[in-house]
Amino acid sequence: MDYLRLFFGVIFVTNFVLAQFLGLCPFLGVSRKQSSAMGMGVAVIFVMTLASVVCHLLLRHVLTPLGLEGFLQVSVFILVIAALVQFVEMVIKKSSPGLYMALGIYLPLITTNCAVLGVAALNSANGFADPKQFGAIDGLLRATVQGAGGGVGFMLGMYLMSSIREDMEGAPYPPSLKGFPIAFVITASMALAFLGFSGML
Amino acid sequence: MKLWGEFLKGIVKENPIFGLVLGMCPALAVTNSVTNAVGMGAAVIFVLTCSNIIIAAFRKFFPAEIRIPCYIIVVSTFVTIVQKVMQAYTPDLDEALGIFIPLIVVNCIILGRAEAFAGKSPVMASAADGLGMGIGYSLGLVWVSTYREIFGSWRLFGKPITAGGFDPAVILIMAPGAFLVLGLSIGFFAWLGSRRKERAARASAELALAEEPAFGPVLVEHFKKEKAAAGESPAAGETKG
Repeated sequence: MDYLRLFFGVIFVTNFVLAQFLGLCPFLGVSRKQSSAMGMGVAVIFVMTLASVVCHLLLRHVLTPLGLEGFLQVSVFILVIAALVQFVEMVIKKSSPGLYMALGIYLPLITTNCAVLGVAALNSANGFADPKQFGAIDGLLRATVQGAGGGVGFMLGMYLMSSIREDMEGAPYPPSLKGFPIAFVITASMALAFLGFSGML
Repeated sequence: MKLWGEFLKGIVKENPIFGLVLGMCPALAVTNSVTNAVGMGAAVIFVLTCSNIIIAAFRKFFPAEIRIPCYIIVVSTFVTIVQKVMQAYTPDLDEALGIFIPLIVVNCIILGRAEAFAGKSPVMASAADGLGMGIGYSLGLVWVSTYREIFGSWRLFGKPITAGGFDPAVILIMAPGAFLVLGLSIGFFAWLGSRRKERAARASAELALAEEPAFGPVLVEHFKKEKAAAGESPAAGETKG
């Protein structure tokens, strides 16, 4: 039950993009077309879940026992994510060229997607890797659920945003608002709508 | 003189927030109060200047294929320093900024400057560029947070500015207000920029016409072409990672 609450909470209530302001560069940059938004969304779910699990395991079983979690956390997380993205890219390229064609161009962008580093940092800030607060299996499951839910929430936001932007193509608005400003205004109204979920849990 | 130019361009012409539209996540997350914005701005100035200097100094040693991981290591070192210093001396600020301190590592503006400038420029120019960009970024944060804090809570630097009796627009402190204020601010500066450009173009055209009447028709043709080119060019703001 706790895991379900965490999963849906991170999708709707504390949505990574609309409530926590994470991963805005790809959210605004790749949301012009629905197809590319979906491609990016799938790639992000994939990498976020993996990064969340790997960073959690490293933090819990390597850094914390060595007493290095305060000093090396940031450097280790970002290196792990960069290596992971590179690795995932190579594996997909070899194993399924079709998927690589679909995701390929988005994968390198994900290294600097702050939602990925954000979920690792958030897991650490929530104490999932702290042996005193959560058991080994419990903490790992929570980190996994938060990573996957965060990715799904990101994809939901991307999909809605790209749908609205496709419909906005011919709409009249002041030319100064073209591009980023109007995207932000749309996002504002989406965030307003998502505020309605805040009483859900 | 050249250094001064590198310094100034980050503040006005290529302002990271309103011109380049980079580093948006913290610009939305920490601008609910001016104090947070100033703290974040100071952290970014420090990290950006130091990492620019180190990257420019060692730019010949970084192999081209793995230069990005090298940049990230340099940046994450300085971010850890900032994090530790903030935890020790300003715990309240550290609490308020939360995970956005470690997230400075993936702030597009820092890697963006490393890749676009510091990786191929001398040390002094990179330092000036980092300092200017950092200050420009901080000014952007302060601009957004001033609106949000005043109208969202009737406070400035955490102190009440009215005697009470007005209801603040609380939505500005929350997530939707952040998107709205930032979007409209970028739009406002884009509008100012386009107006200034129009005026300059008109003034130079008039000047040219007055001085060289023979060139009049040529100029008219030129401006027509320019207008057509401007109409065809895609919307400002492609993805920058």
